[in-house]
Amino acid sequence: MSTLAAAVYVYELPVRLWHGINALAIVVLALTGYLIAEPLASPAGEASEHFLMGYIRFAHFAAGYILAVGFVGRIYWAYAGNEHARQIFMPPVWKAHFWDGVWHELRWYAFLAKAPRHYIGHNPLAILAMHLFVWGLLFMIVTGLALYGEGAGQQSWQFALFTSWVLAAFGDSQTVHTWHHLAMWFIVCFVLIHVYVAVREEKLSGQSMLSTIATGWRTFKNNEPIDDAE
Amino acid sequence: MIETFYDVMRRQGITRRSFLKFCSLTAASLGLSPAFAPKIAHAMETKPRIPVLWLHGLECTCCSESFIRSGHPLAKDVILSMLSLDYDDTIMASAGHQAEAIVDEIVEKYKGNYILAVEGNPPLAEDGMYCIIGGKPFVEQLKYAAESCKAIISWGSCASWGCVQAAKPNPTRATPVHKVPGLADKPIIKVPGCPPIAEVMTAVVAYLLTFDKLPTLDKQGRPQMFYSQRIHDKCYRRPHFDAGQFVEQWDDEAARMGHCLYKMGCKGPTTYNACSTVKWNEGTSFPIQSGHGCIGCSEDGFWDKGSFYDRLTGINQLGIEANADVVGGTAAGIVTAGVAAHAGLTALNRAKQADKQPGAE
Repeated sequence: MSTLAAAVYVYELPVRLWHGINALAIVVLALTGYLIAEPLASPAGEASEHFLMGYIRFAHFAAGYILAVGFVGRIYWAYAGNEHARQIFMPPVWKAHFWDGVWHELRWYAFLAKAPRHYIGHNPLAILAMHLFVWGLLFMIVTGLALYGEGAGQQSWQFALFTSWVLAAFGDSQTVHTWHHLAMWFIVCFVLIHVYVAVREEKLSGQSMLSTIATGWRTFKNNEPIDDAE
Repeated sequence: MIETFYDVMRRQGITRRSFLKFCSLTAASLGLSPAFAPKIAHAMETKPRIPVLWLHGLECTCCSESFIRSGHPLAKDVILSMLSLDYDDTIMASAGHQAEAIVDEIVEKYKGNYILAVEGNPPLAEDGMYCIIGGKPFVEQLKYAAESCKAIISWGSCASWGCVQAAKPNPTRATPVHKVPGLADKPIIKVPGCPPIAEVMTAVVAYLLTFDKLPTLDKQGRPQMFYSQRIHDKCYRRPHFDAGQFVEQWDDEAARMGHCLYKMGCKGPTTYNACSTVKWNEGTSFPIQSGHGCIGCSEDGFWDKGSFYDRLTGINQLGIEANADVVGGTAAGIVTAGVAAHAGLTALNRAKQADKQPGAE
């Protein structure tokens, strides 16, 4: 048996940290966001004894800010970090080999290809999916801050930077709420697929997945040639 | 001799005392300091009266009904005499050709110097034949009057957004004033609401006439002083919202106790208007105070978003009745089923391969 390809350090600490914080923030945001649109049963007694909606909204806003700050930090790291840190922000859509990789990955998921190709970073289909997710995140951050600015008032920076033009672009506040809610479901769908394929690739492909996002190191289980996503 | 606002008011029998009271009231309702009251009085005494042309297109006259019921009788009397409503086909005395002649007269006499108030909107389909005023399509009268006006006030949700006559599929192509093609490029003040609050209407007219400039408008063209906050922000039931205490049914205990109407589809959190502060009918009440949620009547598109009693409103683009949870929940369900099926197929595939190659892996 030939020697296995050497392990590669792919995901630097800021990327792994972002991934973890994002995951937690998204769970909190999706749950509290759903409860804001469809509130829990009313507590009995005087209003002064309770602050249920207030706490749920606070958790939503706090997690939203963490997500937004993390996003800004991650954009910086795409510039400052290694080549893998910018992979999901700039898919090489102008390269034929990239699309060949996407096609192969699709065939692999359709049980038509015998084995997936090996990649050091993400596979091309994953790059596409995560790129779409990045836009989803950005949409949620922008509409989220716009909705927050409505409550914060016209003198707030959130209103000046986001609410003013987002409300005008969507026409009215209710439409912004509807799209913000709809995009939550898009992210839920992404998470479902993301977790499934990560576990599946860990088991079936020749490269490590779950341990890579925890430690940053990519290891290989066999000695297949390594493809370049580009 | 130029006729001033003050002259007109005195002629209408308004005393100087009432006139000064009105000036203070106007300053207060516009959010100005008391020092502005004498300035308003001075402007009224010296500036020539600006005539107002009040046109009616496709509408229900609820704006006029609201306007003439302006809570404060003082403000109403003064402003009605100030406007003296040179042309308003609902309440003016003349009729027929004489009435229509007034439009020509004002346009000629006060070229570039009158305010055009529009209630309702023009239907554009069939060259505007769905709304005929004095034998001509309303859209022609509107364009003609807009050509020489100083500024346009779009009264109500019809003129501002389109409202129910513009609801899908909008067979007459009812079109809000600012979207009418070929309309002269004049400043437009939108005063949405179905109808707008009477005090808001009178204050907007008073501002225009006394300061001779437009009030500060937001990005959607509404006066900021009345449309910068949501009903929800100043709602007296807001503490129940924060506590999470909601009316669940129209006849439950929470409804009697006056809890938050959010779960009953109240659009207060997405509606910019002054109802929860100015209120209606001399400050007597407003929809939420009388136990019904806000329907968002001053927001663009409120008539086309499904039930007034749902918090999540309909998504029309899909051609089916659905809200965000129906669409998103269905998508998440399909994805979950897809993932489960895919996982099953993967396991089956692996089992088959293991059978074919015993010993491998």
